[in-house]
Amino acid sequence: MISIKNIDKKYGERSILNKLTINFPKGKVTSLIGSNGTGKSTLLGVVSRLLPKDAGHIFVLEKDIANISGKAFAKQLSFLKQSNHTHIRLKVRELVNFGRFPYTRGKRMQEEDHQKVDRALQFMDLEEIADSYIDELSGGQRQRAYLALVLAQDTDYILLDEPLNNLDMRYSVQIMKILKQFAHEFGKTVIMIVHDINIAAYYSDYIAALQNGRIAYFGKTKEIIQPHILEKIFGLEFEVIEKNDRPVCLYFN
Amino acid sequence: MLKKRILLLVAIAIGVVSIYMFTLLGSSPEYVFSRRATKLAAMLLISCSIGYSSVVFQTITENRILTPSIMGFESVYILFQALIIFIYNGSEVHPLESHTNFIFSVFLMIGFASILYLALFRKGKVSVYFLLLIGLILGTIFMSMTGFIELLIDPNEFSIIQKYLFASFNDINTNLLGISTIILLSTLIGGAFILHKLDVLSLGKDHAVNLGINYQRLVQISLLLITVQVAISTALVGPITFLGILIANLSYEFLPTYKHKYTILGACLIGIIFVVGGQYLVENLFNMATTISILINCVGGIYFIILLVKSRTI
Repeated sequence: MISIKNIDKKYGERSILNKLTINFPKGKVTSLIGSNGTGKSTLLGVVSRLLPKDAGHIFVLEKDIANISGKAFAKQLSFLKQSNHTHIRLKVRELVNFGRFPYTRGKRMQEEDHQKVDRALQFMDLEEIADSYIDELSGGQRQRAYLALVLAQDTDYILLDEPLNNLDMRYSVQIMKILKQFAHEFGKTVIMIVHDINIAAYYSDYIAALQNGRIAYFGKTKEIIQPHILEKIFGLEFEVIEKNDRPVCLYFN
Repeated sequence: MLKKRILLLVAIAIGVVSIYMFTLLGSSPEYVFSRRATKLAAMLLISCSIGYSSVVFQTITENRILTPSIMGFESVYILFQALIIFIYNGSEVHPLESHTNFIFSVFLMIGFASILYLALFRKGKVSVYFLLLIGLILGTIFMSMTGFIELLIDPNEFSIIQKYLFASFNDINTNLLGISTIILLSTLIGGAFILHKLDVLSLGKDHAVNLGINYQRLVQISLLLITVQVAISTALVGPITFLGILIANLSYEFLPTYKHKYTILGACLIGIIFVVGGQYLVENLFNMATTISILINCVGGIYFIILLVKSRTI
C-alpha cells in the first residue's frame, strides 16, 4: 500500500499540491482523473521521487520513502512519464534490458533477467520489432517499448503517466487488460493517469479525482462514475449509462 | 561489427603512431626519437582525457554539441596567464616557472569549478543547464577581461599570451608530464567504474532516477573527474577541449552502440589518430608554421557545420 500524507508542492508561489492525502490500495488498478493542471503528474512525480516535495510524507509498505535508498526503491516502484525520448541509438530489446538494471547494476544479466525481459516484450507485442531501433518506430510502438521497460523492472508498484499516449484503440485496450492482469494476478499496484474517462471507468478498480491539488473524490469506480460527481470534476454535463453492468459516460454535448 | 570497427580504429591509431615515431628521423635519430616519445606520451594521455571527459560531459548534459570548454576552464586559464604577464610586465619570457605555473593553473581551474559547479549543484535546486549557463557567462567575462589586458600590454607581451591561446605539444615539461600521467590515469581508471551508470543516465535523468541511479551523486562524480582531467590537460598543453566535440561525435557515428565503454574507447582512439596525425603534419608538412589547434579547429569546425546541417535531432 502507498499512503500519502499531507503532501505540499509549490512551484514558486503557485501551489500545485495542497495537503494532499490518500491511500492507494494494494493489488488494484487506480486511475487518477481530473482537469489539466490539477497536479496529477506532479503527484506521481513526487511519489516516484523525481520531484522534491515541500512537505508531507509518503509511505510504501509503512516505510517513509525518504529513508529508502535509490537502489532499493527502484526494485519497489517504477514510473513512466508522459513523454519519452532518447538521443541515443538503442534497440527495443536494449531499452527493455535497462529495466533489469536495478537488479544487475551493470553486471551480466542472469537467466531470470532475460526471462523477465522476454515476458515484457511478449506482453507488449514487441517480439517482432525487438531488434529495431527506437528512433525508427512509430509513436505507439515507442510507447509500448517504454511500457515494456517498466514491466521488465518488475516492481510491486507501477506508476504510469498517461500510458495510452499515442496508442490506437486496440493497443489501449490490450494494455489496460495487461495492467489489470498484472494487478489481479501478480498483485502489482498500478496507479495511472488516464484522460479517457471511459477507459478509466471500464478498467480501473478505484478512481481518484484531483481538484486544486487535493483529492476531491476517491472510491471504487462505480461510486465515482456518477453524473453529479463527474460534472463537478470536469465542469461538463455527464450522462452515465450502464451496459453489461459497466458504466459508460456520455459527455459530448 | 562493433568489435571489427574498434579493431580498425586500433589499427589506424597504431599506424599513425608508428608513422609519427619512426619516419623522417633525420640525422640524429636518437635525440629526435626521445623528443618524440615525450610528445607522444603527452598526446596519448591527453587524447584519452579529452575522449573520456567529452563523452561523459555530453551524457550528463544530454547534448551532443557541447564540450567541457563551455564550463569556462580555458578562459580561467588564459585569464590567469594574461594576468601574470600583465603584473610582471617587461620580461621577455613567462615570469613563472613552468612548475609553479602548472600548479597554480590547475588549482585555479579546479577551485573555480568546485566552487561553482560542485557547490551549486549539491543543493539540487538548480539544473545542469543552469550551471552551464553560469559557466558560459563567466567564461565570456573572463575572455573579455583577457581582451582588455591584451589591449593594455605591449606587443611583445601580447605575443607571449598568444602562445597560451593555442594548444602545443612542442615544449612539454617532462617532470610535469610524469605527475600529470599519474593523476590522469587514476581519473581514467576511477572513471571506468561509473560507465555502466552513465549508460543508464543516457536514457535521460528521469529514467535514470527511476532505475535507481543516484543522479546528483553521479553527476557530481562525473563533473569532478571531468574538472580534474580538463584542468590538467589544459595546464599541460593549453586549450584543447575543442577536440572533444569532434572525437565524441565521430565515435557515436562510427560505433553502433550506446555503451560508454565503447564510445569512450572509440573517442580516445579517434583522438589519438587526430592529435598524433595532426602533430605529424604540423611538424613535417607545415614545418611548425601552424599549430595543431588551428589544424584540428579547421577539421572540427567543418565537421560541426556538417553535424548541424545534417542532424535534426540535436
